[in-house]
Amino acid sequence: MKNNNSIWDFFASVKLALSTLFLLSITSIIGTIIPQKETAQQYIERYGEATANLFQILSFTPDMYSSVWFQSLLGLLCFNIIICSLDRFPGVWRQIKADNLNTPLNRLEKMTPQHQWQSHNPPESVASSLKSSLNTSGWKAEERTVDNGILLFAQKGAMTRTGVYIVHASILVIFIGAIIGSALGFKGSVMLPETRATDKIYTFDTQTPVALGFEVRCDRFNIEFYDNGMPKSYRSQLTVLENGKVVKEKAIVVNDPLVHKGITFYQSSYQPYQEFMLTITNKKTGVSETAIVSYQEQHSFKESGLRSGIINAEGRGENISRMKIWFTDDKGEPSLFWLDDGEQVTVERTTNNYTVSAKQMYATGLQVAKDPGVWTVYTGCFMMILGLIVAFFMSHQRIWLYIREEEDNTSSILMAGNANKNKAGFESTLQALAERINKV
Amino acid sequence: MESSQLIGITTFTYLFSTILYAAIFIFKAKRLETTATIFTVIALLIQTAGIGLRWMESYQMGIGRAPLTNMYESVVFFAWTIIFIYLIIEWRFKTRVIGAFAVPFAFLAMAYASFSSEITKEISPLIPALQSNWLIAHVVTCFIGYAAFAIAAALGIMYLIKNTSETRQSTNDTTLLGSLPPLKVIDDITHKTMVFGFLWLSIGIITGAIWANSAWGTYWSWDPKETWSLITWFFYAITLHARYTRGWGGTRIAWLALIGFISVLFTYYGVNFLLSGLHSYGAN
Repeated sequence: MKNNNSIWDFFASVKLALSTLFLLSITSIIGTIIPQKETAQQYIERYGEATANLFQILSFTPDMYSSVWFQSLLGLLCFNIIICSLDRFPGVWRQIKADNLNTPLNRLEKMTPQHQWQSHNPPESVASSLKSSLNTSGWKAEERTVDNGILLFAQKGAMTRTGVYIVHASILVIFIGAIIGSALGFKGSVMLPETRATDKIYTFDTQTPVALGFEVRCDRFNIEFYDNGMPKSYRSQLTVLENGKVVKEKAIVVNDPLVHKGITFYQSSYQPYQEFMLTITNKKTGVSETAIVSYQEQHSFKESGLRSGIINAEGRGENISRMKIWFTDDKGEPSLFWLDDGEQVTVERTTNNYTVSAKQMYATGLQVAKDPGVWTVYTGCFMMILGLIVAFFMSHQRIWLYIREEEDNTSSILMAGNANKNKAGFESTLQALAERINKV
Repeated sequence: MESSQLIGITTFTYLFSTILYAAIFIFKAKRLETTATIFTVIALLIQTAGIGLRWMESYQMGIGRAPLTNMYESVVFFAWTIIFIYLIIEWRFKTRVIGAFAVPFAFLAMAYASFSSEITKEISPLIPALQSNWLIAHVVTCFIGYAAFAIAAALGIMYLIKNTSETRQSTNDTTLLGSLPPLKVIDDITHKTMVFGFLWLSIGIITGAIWANSAWGTYWSWDPKETWSLITWFFYAITLHARYTRGWGGTRIAWLALIGFISVLFTYYGVNFLLSGLHSYGAN
C-alpha cells in the first residue's frame, strides 16, 4: 500500500491531522458566537448590513456547520484518517502476525526487562515444565528448537494493537451514518390541532411537504403543571391511521416518541387556541354531542337543540385551567357553573340530567424525523468507546524464554519480554512471573 | 439535618483539607499525611450524605429526581467527583502533594456553589425535556471527564512550578519544591489523567447524543454546548496525538492540560451564561 510519493505522505501525516483538528476547533467557535439559523433580516438588525453580508459570503450564517468549507474540513479529516490508517495498519498487522519464535537470539539478550537462572535439568524437560507452568499462569506458549536449545514464546493482547484503528474507523462509521441520515432521511415538523389528522409534514430547512404514507391524528393534547407553575408534562394522544383504519395508538411525551414505519414523532411544542371542545350527554337517552365552540359564543347543538357556551375562563397565560359554562335545555333558568379544564360534571335540570365536559383546544407541535443512519452512528459510537479502552488501557505483552543447553546436560534460562504500553506495569508482571516459574 | 447544611459543611471541610495538603507541601509536615487523607475521605462522605439527602428530600417534596439538574447541583457534584478521582490518584500513585493542587479546585467549586448569588439552591422539579433516564448517565459521565481534566490542570500547574525552580537552581531536596514528585512522574500522571478524562468525555458526548435523539429526533444539532464539548474533545485529541506520535511531554503537555481545562470550563460554565442554546436550563 505504501507509495513513496509526497502527496501520499502529506495525507498520511499526523501533522495534517493535528492541523485539521486545530482548524476545526477554531472555526467551530465562530458558529457558537454568531447565532445560527436566523433570518437574513435578523442578521442585518444584529450586525448591520455590511457585516451581515460579509458573514453570509463567508458562510458563517445562516448555517456555518453545513457550509461547503466546514464540511470540506470534516471531509479532509476523514480522508486523512483513511490514508493515515492505510499507511500504518499493514505494519501493525505484521507485528500482530509476526513469527516471534524467529526473533534473533541476540535481540533477546539485549531486551529489557529480563531475568536469568540456571537449572540442573536438560533443556527438553525444562521447556516442558516451563510451558506447563506458563500455561497455569495464563500464558499459552509456543515452542521451537533453535541453536543450542529451545525457544519458548507467549503473548497476550496482540490484537490490542488495533485499538487506535478501531477508534479511527469509528469516526468514519459515524460520518457514514450521518451521510445516510441526510441522504435518505428527513427532519421536519407539523402543527396538528386536536381531532385533526395529517398525511404530510414540512421539512425544517425548506418547508417542503413530505408525504408520510399514512395519517397521524392528534386526539388530545394536555399540559400538566407543578404547583410552582413550571410545566410538568406535555402529552399528545396520537393515532396512526392507514387507509382510514387505526393501526397504532400512543400517548407521547417529551423523551418518549411514537415510531411508525421508521418515522418518529416527537413532542416538541404546542399552541393553545381560544376555542373549546364541549361535550354534552343526555343521561336519560345516552345521546352525546360534541362541538368546538369559540370563547364567549353561544352554540346550539343541532340534534338536541341544547344551547351552551363558555362565558368566562381563568388560567395561566394562554393556558386555561377552569372555565365558566352557561348551559340550557330551555326548561327553566339556564345553569351557570365553573368547570376545571377536562373535567366532567353532572348538571341536574328540572326534567333531565346531563353530563357536561369542556376542555381548551390545542394544537400539538410535533417534530418528525426519519433517520435510517442512526444505528450506524450508534455502532460508530460503540466502536469508539471500545477502541479507546483498548487503545488506552490494554497492551500487547510478549515473553520469550530461551533455554540453552549447557555442559553436563544442564540448562540456563533467559527470560525477556516487552510491552507496547504501561512498561512499568509489565516489568513487575514479568518479575512476578519469573519468580513463580524459575523454581522448575 | 438538612442536605443544605451537610453540603455547606463540605465547603469548610474541603477548605481545611486544602490547608492540610498545603501544609504537607510547604512545611513537609509528613505527620499530617494520614490525617489529611482521613479528613478528606470524611469530607467526601459528608458530601455524599448531603447529595443523597438532597435526593431523598426531592422525593419528600413529591418531585423525586436525581440531584444533578441545575447549576448548583452540578457544581456540588463536580467538587464531589474531583475529590473522588483525586483520592483514587493518591491511592494509586502513593503521593499526597498533588492534594495541595487538586483539592483547592473542589473547595473553589463548593465555595462558588455556597456563596454565589447567581445560582439558586432550591430543589425545583424537572421540566419535561429533562425527564429521562439518560439524565444521570449523561451528567455523571461528563462530570467524571470534567473532574479528571481539572486534576490534570492541577498537575500541569504543579509541573510548571517545579519546572521553573529546577531550571533556576539545581535539584535540591531541601528547597520548598523538593517535596514535589519528580517531573517525569508528574508528567506521567498528567497524561494518564487526561487519557482517563478523554474516555469519559467521549462517553459523555455520546450519551448526550443518544439522549438528544430520543428527545428531539436529532443526535447532533451543533448547539453551542454540543459544539463546545466537541471543541474540547478536539483539543484533547490533539494533545494525545501530539504525545503519542510526536513525543510531546513536559512543559508543553502541562500547558495543554491548563488550556484544555479552560476549554472545559467554558463548555461547562461559559456556554450557559454567555451563549444561548438548548442547554440554557443549566444556567440557574
